Amino acid sequence: MSKVPVSMTINGETYSGDVEPRMLLVHFIREVAGLTGTHIGCDTTSCGACTIQLDGMPIKSCTMFAVQANGHSLKTVEGLATGAEMHPIQEGFMVNHGLQCGYCTPGMMMTSLALLAENPNPSELEIRTAISGNLCRCTGYVNIVRSIQYAADKMREPELAAAGQGD
Amino acid sequence: MIPGKFEYHVPADVGQAAALLRHYDGEAKILAGGQSLIPMMRFRLAQPEHLIDLSKVPGLSYIEERDGHLAIGALTTESELEHNATIRDRYPILKDATDVIADPLVRNLATVGGNIAHADPANDHPAVLLALRADVVATGVDGHRVIPIDEFFLDTFVTGLEPDEILTEIRIPTAKSGTGSAYLKLERKVGDYAIGAVAVSMVVRDGVIAEAGVAMTNVSPYPVRAVQTEAALVGRPATAATFAAAAETASQECEPSGDNRGPEEYKRAVIRTLAERAFSLAAERAN
Repeated sequence: MSKVPVSMTINGETYSGDVEPRMLLVHFIREVAGLTGTHIGCDTTSCGACTIQLDGMPIKSCTMFAVQANGHSLKTVEGLATGAEMHPIQEGFMVNHGLQCGYCTPGMMMTSLALLAENPNPSELEIRTAISGNLCRCTGYVNIVRSIQYAADKMREPELAAAGQGD
Repeated sequence: MIPGKFEYHVPADVGQAAALLRHYDGEAKILAGGQSLIPMMRFRLAQPEHLIDLSKVPGLSYIEERDGHLAIGALTTESELEHNATIRDRYPILKDATDVIADPLVRNLATVGGNIAHADPANDHPAVLLALRADVVATGVDGHRVIPIDEFFLDTFVTGLEPDEILTEIRIPTAKSGTGSAYLKLERKVGDYAIGAVAVSMVVRDGVIAEAGVAMTNVSPYPVRAVQTEAALVGRPATAATFAAAAETASQECEPSGDNRGPEEYKRAVIRTLAERAFSLAAERAN
């Protein structure tokens, strides 16, 4: 069976390779691009540890072939921080103890990033619905929700200040 | 888990895709959203030698009302359906269903056409489309044809599609005035298949149920309309007593088998409760 050339942008960098069509996208990300922040949890499309963004949309990268992502733009957890400066979502998880073992965290954060882009001020129910495809085996959901709320507040600060509501 | 080996094809239009299907004669599978197929391939429950990826085929993703029906392109994702204003306002049963299909991440890739063409009795759209008396459009090398949904599901994972045909569109009759619909599902957790679910669409005129479509999820070997339950609704007043009696019929008409989601008796009880609630909700929405 012949290999297929693929090329995709991950966190602004271009990664190319000749891959077997059966290679899952998460394996391309981890093994070809060397970006091991994206985790493989259940391997059954249940847990969401492998969540990344495909053209800004959160998806499970264990349930897509690398060839399907050819020509697309991806973002992984490594793309969150700006240099040494953490993204507000990362800061939220740190400040609020949003991780215990940390295995689900990259997926949780990538789903949160998409949620806050679409809905900057989500209710608790909206947050819980958005992360319903991401499982935390430590069951640390209370602090995960708090972490996302922290990030939402922090990301809205400039807007609130401009509207004269900030202090 | 690594899927078996396959050759990958990316046709530029439906005609090319159908020609590839015909050429590989039963050895090829269509790849749409892949959210059912790829998990099956990882478990090696499916080992197609050729995959035909529709992602570069244009013009199969749309939701529009025209010519007396709501047309949904087969590659429309569940997320697109979930966030569409026409669906929310005029076809609430579809919104009910998309909200409970898999999880939000899966819904970003999963397609409506794939949910139907997979013909899994545990999938949610088959019952909904049966209740709505939809048609599906199949496109093959020699053109396209319209298949009534009642003739589409032939057995577990078996449809009326010919080997070179691709499901390209779903057509739902435009909602008449006085129509109410609902889909209610019980699942163990987000992302699980239904323990049971009930889809209903009814037309209520002067307090009487004039038309009714009912179907159920994951309580029969393949998706099929519940004709006895429909008969228990049509011509009767839209009242709690009618709904309770018809829900009892539904619990007898379904054919659940016991598994890790519960024994048969439990599933019949679940269907009775869901049916009664779904009928009431649909009648409420009809007003």
